[in-house]
Amino acid sequence: MLEIRNLHARIAEDGTEIIRGLNLTVENGEVAAIMGPNGSGKSTLSYILTGRSDYEVTEGDILYDGQSILGMDTAERAAAGLFLAFQYPVEIPGVATMQFLKVAMNEQRKARGEDELTTPDFIRRVKAAAANLQIDMAMLKRPLNVGFSGGEKKRAEILQMSLLEPKLCVLDETDSGLDIDALKIVADGVNALRSPDRSFIVITHYQRLLEYIVPDSVHVLYKGQVIKSGDRQLALELENDGYANVIKNAA
Amino acid sequence: MNMQSKKPITAAEQLLVDSFVENVGNLPGDGGILTIRDGYIEDIKQNGLPTRRVESWHYTDLRNLLKTVPSNGKVTDVEPLDSLIAGSNVMSVVDGHTGNIADLPGVSATSYRNDLSDGSAADHMALRNSDDLIGRVNGAFVTDGIKLQVEDDVVLDNPLEIQVLHNGGQAHTRFPVAIGKGVKGLFVERHAFCSDDEALVSSITDLDVGEGADVVWVINQEQGASDTHLGQINIRLGADAKLLLFVANAGGKLVRQEIHIVARGEGSELTLRGVNLLGDESHTDVTMTLEHIVPNCVSGQIFRNVVLDRAKGVFQGQIKVAQIAQKTDAKMACNTLLLSDFCDFSAKPELEIFADDVQCGHGATVTDIDKNQLFYLKARGIGEKRARSLLVKAFIVEVVEELDNEVLIEALEKQFETWLNNHG
Repeated sequence: MLEIRNLHARIAEDGTEIIRGLNLTVENGEVAAIMGPNGSGKSTLSYILTGRSDYEVTEGDILYDGQSILGMDTAERAAAGLFLAFQYPVEIPGVATMQFLKVAMNEQRKARGEDELTTPDFIRRVKAAAANLQIDMAMLKRPLNVGFSGGEKKRAEILQMSLLEPKLCVLDETDSGLDIDALKIVADGVNALRSPDRSFIVITHYQRLLEYIVPDSVHVLYKGQVIKSGDRQLALELENDGYANVIKNAA
Repeated sequence: MNMQSKKPITAAEQLLVDSFVENVGNLPGDGGILTIRDGYIEDIKQNGLPTRRVESWHYTDLRNLLKTVPSNGKVTDVEPLDSLIAGSNVMSVVDGHTGNIADLPGVSATSYRNDLSDGSAADHMALRNSDDLIGRVNGAFVTDGIKLQVEDDVVLDNPLEIQVLHNGGQAHTRFPVAIGKGVKGLFVERHAFCSDDEALVSSITDLDVGEGADVVWVINQEQGASDTHLGQINIRLGADAKLLLFVANAGGKLVRQEIHIVARGEGSELTLRGVNLLGDESHTDVTMTLEHIVPNCVSGQIFRNVVLDRAKGVFQGQIKVAQIAQKTDAKMACNTLLLSDFCDFSAKPELEIFADDVQCGHGATVTDIDKNQLFYLKARGIGEKRARSLLVKAFIVEVVEELDNEVLIEALEKQFETWLNNHG
């Protein structure tokens, strides 16, 4: 599904290198967790995967289904099946959530050469997905993310994910700002989407989220590199011992 | 001797004077009116058009901006346009001549030409102040308009739309409107072009809103790409009156829209919302003055401006609160999206507050499209162009949706969308 090869990337504006030779492979259907201390480059990785222009890749490659995506812009990557659940979903006053969902779904369909959804079909899909995530339809009439609580914002992200049916989902600290009940709803939403041909990259600080979204692999990111990979056990070790040992052994 | 040398007269100034000389025989009015007209032209001849040295015209140097003046006197019959809101009662004035006047119960509508002919218009024609160029041009040349009187307690079931149209050339109109006590209604004042020929248009509306009336007044300016539009509305708000004034500019080459409001009665409530869509090489100036002269009034103003290409925009907003006008609550905001490197917007707020127990605030922002919002939309598969247009529309829609009238909201949104698509 995804292969990141010796990736180097920096902030376009000031040239600060953030990703320094990162290698990572995610198989079809795999849930890969990425953990690491603050400033290790976790969120930057999510932005580089989605092609944010504030960052530039200086070396290496990102292969998605065997093809390099470095030449594709953000919208093209999204239409190709790449989805980022934002750590801080952006508020957009003046754009109703329903309107946004419809435009996003249809733009992606258009880019893939599919027909636009009819309004009844669209409504039916939204209603079904919203019910699973305990989202009130009234909330979707409001401007996108405006005045949503932390939990509502994250649920809205997962709603978009389930409607857009991506192949590779990147969850950037989806657990931040969630209480335990909201976390469970969000995790259930993610788990419902797990399938043999859909992969996930779950970026998180804490192993707590991984109790609910159980990963197949865990990778420790530090100073822009994956310094250790393992299975679920690795996350538990980090929880108990912190990052010090892993960092020391890697040095 | 120390005399200031007189500035040489510009081509446009000379054309205005010539135009007056040529048409004076056809302008309606008794001797009194003619004396007023003559005086205004003499002012223009002696003092010229306002320059940046005149405070209220500082950002719209009319002497430099007005290059030419088209000839006067052309009149062509045209059909009224489809109304902005379906089902409206439409009245029209074409090329400065009143065409159809709808006969509505409780509403008296007469040709303003009558008031000019019998001299009774003279009172209306006084200038606001010595810098009132629009008052001068309109006073000198005005030919017609509609005098509207809405009787007390009339409820208008359908909107009343006044179309002020032109086929190029000059058109100068005036609309004295008296709205009685307790009236409820929606009025649309629409300025549009029926020919691409260059035009010079001036139009003044004098709007008195009676005690306890609840009125929505929309000024929709959609002039042609080579037109000069000089608009002015003078509003007096009675006690407990509610007025929602919506001003939209989406056209014209050189536009000055003045809005002057006096809150005369206690407990009045003014909501002013504006959208200015500026493109090409146009220059659009919205100048607003608001006087609170009695206590306990509320006013709120929000303008949203979208500026493209090499367009220039100006907003001047002045709020005066007299010492007696305690408990005034006045807010003013001017938000601008600058979407090209060559466009320009100037915003000038002025607050003069003499009362000590009031709430007054103002704010102005100028930004490009928010990068985070753009990235978010793109990350959902919405292409750059579509994402930008969604965000621009959202910026405007925020003020349109406050109108609380579905039909009006839909009509305005459609109009703005068309403009944006044509200028995308």
